[in-house]
Amino acid sequence: MTHALAAKGPTASRPKPAEFIAFAVLAALLAVAPFALYPFFLATALCFALFASAFNLLVGYAGLLSFGHALFFGGAAYIAAHVAKVWGWPPELTLLAATAFVGLLGLVAGALSIRRQGIYFSMITLALAQMGYFVALQVPFTHGEDGIQGVPRGKLFGLIPLGDDRVMYYFVLVVFLCGLLAIYRIVHSPFGSVLKAIRENEPRAISLGYSVDSYKLAAFGLSAALAGLAGGTKALVTQSATLTDMHWSMSGEVILMVLLGGMGTMTGPVIGAIFVVAIPEVLNRIGGPDFAQWMTVIQGAIFVICVLAFRRGLIGEIAARLRRTL
Amino acid sequence: MKKILLAGVALGVMTTCAFAADKVVKVGVLTDGSGPYADVGGVGSQLAAQLAIDESGLAAKGWKVELVYADHLNKVDVGTSIAREWFDQGKADVIVDTLNSGVALAVGQIVKDKNKVFLNSGAASSDLTGKACTPNQIHWTYDTYALANGTGKAMTKAGGDTWYFITADYAFGKALERDTTAVVAANGGKVVGNVYAPLNNADFSSQLLQAQSSKAKVIGLANAGGDSANAIKQAAEFGITQGGQKLAALLIFLSDVNALGLPVAQGLEFTVTYYWDLNDDTRAFADRFSQKSKAHAKPTMVQAGVYSSVLHYLKAVDALGSPTDGAAVVAKMKATPTDDQAFGKGSIREDGRKIHPAYLLQVKTPAESKYPWDYAKVIATIPADEAFRPLSQSECPLVKK
Repeated sequence: MTHALAAKGPTASRPKPAEFIAFAVLAALLAVAPFALYPFFLATALCFALFASAFNLLVGYAGLLSFGHALFFGGAAYIAAHVAKVWGWPPELTLLAATAFVGLLGLVAGALSIRRQGIYFSMITLALAQMGYFVALQVPFTHGEDGIQGVPRGKLFGLIPLGDDRVMYYFVLVVFLCGLLAIYRIVHSPFGSVLKAIRENEPRAISLGYSVDSYKLAAFGLSAALAGLAGGTKALVTQSATLTDMHWSMSGEVILMVLLGGMGTMTGPVIGAIFVVAIPEVLNRIGGPDFAQWMTVIQGAIFVICVLAFRRGLIGEIAARLRRTL
Repeated sequence: MKKILLAGVALGVMTTCAFAADKVVKVGVLTDGSGPYADVGGVGSQLAAQLAIDESGLAAKGWKVELVYADHLNKVDVGTSIAREWFDQGKADVIVDTLNSGVALAVGQIVKDKNKVFLNSGAASSDLTGKACTPNQIHWTYDTYALANGTGKAMTKAGGDTWYFITADYAFGKALERDTTAVVAANGGKVVGNVYAPLNNADFSSQLLQAQSSKAKVIGLANAGGDSANAIKQAAEFGITQGGQKLAALLIFLSDVNALGLPVAQGLEFTVTYYWDLNDDTRAFADRFSQKSKAHAKPTMVQAGVYSSVLHYLKAVDALGSPTDGAAVVAKMKATPTDDQAFGKGSIREDGRKIHPAYLLQVKTPAESKYPWDYAKVIATIPADEAFRPLSQSECPLVKK
């Protein structure tokens, strides 16, 4: 019976114990982390980790290298900040609104960009993101280069005040783990198998009768929505939304996070994101002002070394050693 | 007996320790350490704060003054993360500098929530003493209103009665243009036209040619940073100043003039509130600064503002005996008149605006420059009571009308 099904269409790949263990270890580490590290920093790092994971869904599993994901991350941050500050919505509705808006935006952007492949696809996403950046610069509600400040964190479900950094952290952790599980579920569903098939050999997927474009579009929309969830959460954590999140360098940074951690792995983007966010913090801490002047140079050197030494990314390299998917 | 004596000594040591621990004040310099504004503030701001700490004489009065420094990378989330951490973990009682307006506005909110002190020197937005003013912050050196007012008024009065603007096409540029236009009109001048250029524009030739053919006496550059530098460089290539038109850069710092070089920047007019070569006092401060500076640079007005604000802050903390209540320290600072070598005598208004004169400078020609850092001459002084936005126009909720 199962064989018959398998012959008919793609099935969900069976979850592997190693991935579960990696996930459980990650969740456990993150749950105790605020006792050792600064919770506000951790919460921001988790937002970036979710962003990188959402991006990885697109590039790692569907093989689509978007160069415009800052549009979704930053766009959601603006929507969340506006909705929470000006309209006074509670945090859970704020996040839903930001995610939904950006998911729709992702479908529009995706519909335009997936018509082309490879570098042309990347360029169209970049162009759309730049358009978004200049819209954010001009429209009145984003307040130009000043950004939106003093966004209230509000009370979760009208009960739990999120003002305390540690409470906020656990809220972010729950959002993050839900996001990660959603990605895990998508990747290991029949839909995910088709995405991987498209990544490996698109003409063959077409010849097998799959409507490749609709699969790609769905993947783009999902990735955008999850990136939006990350951006909206970040706006609540930092209580602000600014142009930095919309700038093309943010699109570059997320590529870096995924490449550093390991493309097409579940935990890789998370580790990569934490790594990228932590480097300036660490450099700020160990070095005085003379050292800080060299911050960007040191950062660049670390990345070059990582890319040369770990071609599959940090987690990708470990996974290859262990011959497991992590 | 011996035991009692020992115990007495131990007790004495403990109490002095406890006493010393109470008199600690921590200054946090949060600035752009590696980005486009690193020369405006950066390491120099840390140096300026250190100078202020050394010269405050607080160490002799039994105070322990600590200094921390961090680079916010011009990112609001990095800046807010550092500010929160400094306050939550007791690493800073006051944050100075910041430079970037977005970071400054965000940090201002955190400082208010945590009841600490924020002495902004580098950020330009006049919202910091307007809509976004708080009882915990002081805007020290300059703001967009002062820049527009200084350059606009003095140049119009000096005969530059027709203006053409090249404006950065976003909120900051438009606000600067709007404020300057109002000042020009109020002084009998006329704006003959304007052209918008996108942010981070590499090629200003079409805008400059339009400005040139407008025959306006003054070309106002309502932009900042790399955009100003590009426009000034290309204006030099087009020979605009040699053709008799004047170039007014509405936001430019001494370090920018240093980077552009006199052959390119000559003739440029700009507003500052501190220039190192104004008088003996400003020169004395600048000398002490440049001796300790690695590049032997003279301080920018932002760095001078850091020095002046930290000095005044430490005076207020010493008078109160404790830095814990930020709002009380700021209230004390507002109640005390300011006096230092960089800005002379001044005061702080209820909306948090530090008041001092502003100066309209003109960049010298290479032939006029006699010694290192001899870059500009003063062509007009704007008195303290005219330099900043009047309280009657303030949107700050702290101002009682």
